[in-house]
Amino acid sequence: MSMVEALREALAEEMRRDSSVIVMGEDVGVLGGIYRVTQGLLEEFGPERVRDTPISEEAFMGAAIGAAVTGLRPVVEIMYADFLANCMNQIVNFAAKMRYCSGGQLRVPVVVRTMVGHGRGHGGDHSQVPMTWFMNIPGLRLVAPSTPYDAKGLLKTAIRDDSPVLFFEPHLLYRVRGPVPEEEYTIPFGRADIKRRGEDVTIVAVSAMVPRAVEAHERLREEGITAEVIDPRTLNPLDIETIVESVKRTNRLITVEYSPKTGGVGAEIAALVVERAFDYLDAPIIRVAAPDVPVPVSPPLGRMTVPTVEEIVEAVEALL
Amino acid sequence: MAPSLDEMIQMYRKMLEIRRFEEAIADLYHRGEVPSSAHLYIGQEAVAVGVCSALRRDDYVLTTHRGHAHNIAKGVSMRRLAAEILGKATGLCKGKGGSMRASSLADGVVYACPIVGSNIPIAAGVGLSIKLRGTDQVVACFFGEGASNIGDFHEGINLAALWRLPVLYVCENNLYALSVSQRRSTLVEDIASRASAYGIPGVVVDGNDVLAVYEAARRAVEDARGGRGPTLIECKTYRWLGHHAGDPGFAYRPKEEVEAWRERCPIKRFRRVLLSRGVTEEELASVEEEVEEAVRDAMDFALESPYPGPEELLRDVY
Repeated sequence: MSMVEALREALAEEMRRDSSVIVMGEDVGVLGGIYRVTQGLLEEFGPERVRDTPISEEAFMGAAIGAAVTGLRPVVEIMYADFLANCMNQIVNFAAKMRYCSGGQLRVPVVVRTMVGHGRGHGGDHSQVPMTWFMNIPGLRLVAPSTPYDAKGLLKTAIRDDSPVLFFEPHLLYRVRGPVPEEEYTIPFGRADIKRRGEDVTIVAVSAMVPRAVEAHERLREEGITAEVIDPRTLNPLDIETIVESVKRTNRLITVEYSPKTGGVGAEIAALVVERAFDYLDAPIIRVAAPDVPVPVSPPLGRMTVPTVEEIVEAVEALL
Repeated sequence: MAPSLDEMIQMYRKMLEIRRFEEAIADLYHRGEVPSSAHLYIGQEAVAVGVCSALRRDDYVLTTHRGHAHNIAKGVSMRRLAAEILGKATGLCKGKGGSMRASSLADGVVYACPIVGSNIPIAAGVGLSIKLRGTDQVVACFFGEGASNIGDFHEGINLAALWRLPVLYVCENNLYALSVSQRRSTLVEDIASRASAYGIPGVVVDGNDVLAVYEAARRAVEDARGGRGPTLIECKTYRWLGHHAGDPGFAYRPKEEVEAWRERCPIKRFRRVLLSRGVTEEELASVEEEVEEAVRDAMDFALESPYPGPEELLRDVY
């Protein structure tokens, strides 16, 4: 099934299992979400639990927080991750901090589902992949699935978690299909998935960059190079142990993301690896990332802001 | 329905607790015992007490950076509140929130939101949770007139109105947003008039008259419990002191204005009402003495309490 269908199943199953789970956001009810993730939920669960909101991110994010600290488990949809900027105050100053600043009195079980990296001409303020905005905010969990299987299992874990979770759904992979079992399962946070085994280089790829890294692995194999491909799946908590263990074997690291390079996921992972495995590195760490520009609309320019399989292959070749 | 005489004496006690508590915190602040700023409520006591007296124990409150009073009015322990303000381990939030975030969920004070206006949407969410859980609780959300120009005010009240949520939006109009007077930030005279933009009732009351505040809150509570949605209550009042304990508050306000409002002290005024209803000087004097003692005890408790140990630093993040 597609990632959209997997997410929809996760939501429906959790809403059936727990009546405190509610869904709200722009166009999530009657329309079923502009990506159709929430399609059918209004019909099954009714308008009290599936709420179309005004275009008012700060309000419904705040409302989700207020509902969460008094007994509900809201799942909020932010249509484009860019719009997280519209409710940054509620997420950063309240969701992330209320547990700590109340001395543990409050729990904030909110899930914020959002779409990242539209990738098709939507321009600078409708295309961002802003996981890194939140990486230095203690108190948040950050989830970035790359397969339907992971999306479903991680969303169920997110809904059951007592901390606020930002759940980044890659537009580029919404319609890509993959196996999802019939039976119930969840995926714990903080456990990376080794997508391909390899000995020559470790590639840590995030979100929609994971399938590109896997494809790079296949091409490199034809040249006799084996690349280990790791998908961290959650950026907070980050399974740095799996990455470090891999680098100790391969002695080389490449990170791949489609956020701007400066202050990115790659920067953090590189720093952690240098701290923990400096002596094992045989080459500089390379960060493959978006250039430090807003995403332009014009197709040939826009394409240059999303790393390609070729760029990943070239980065590996440059290292070896 | 007016409160009984016993309830009124209780209200007087709460107002006095707030006054004495804030005076004691100001004193500790000037002695360097308060690790943060402290935004004091002196002069506004009738608002917190009038509203909270119309609430049930299981109702909720969301307060602000100027929130000691709402905690006291809702029945939170003054000992643990004072300890929180001093950053002590015995504080309501283990000393991690301090003066501006002091709150006690067990007493219904959900949180104190020190970013102006941010509690307005959060209160809508508390209202939503009440509605979906099917209880008949209500939530009172306090903020100043300064909050009425931020997006959260408009977005949050619109949402609460749209979904007919059981929320009392209580604007404590003390005329100044830090140093900027209402006249210099807002063209409308009454913040309550903005309620019409969201299709809900807006009420203006004398915020120094505790019985008037109580009556306005009682009606709003009745509407909220009855599923008729939120009310915006604007209480006209005045903050006697500066924006916080370290601000003398005279750089931007004429002395005569401050003096004129001090003449309209909500506590003295209510005291006269109680005497006129037959409460004796002796009864009031004994309340006053008990309050002094309770506040002294709270401050002693806070001062003697230990700070949290280093093991607390990384706790309660997730």
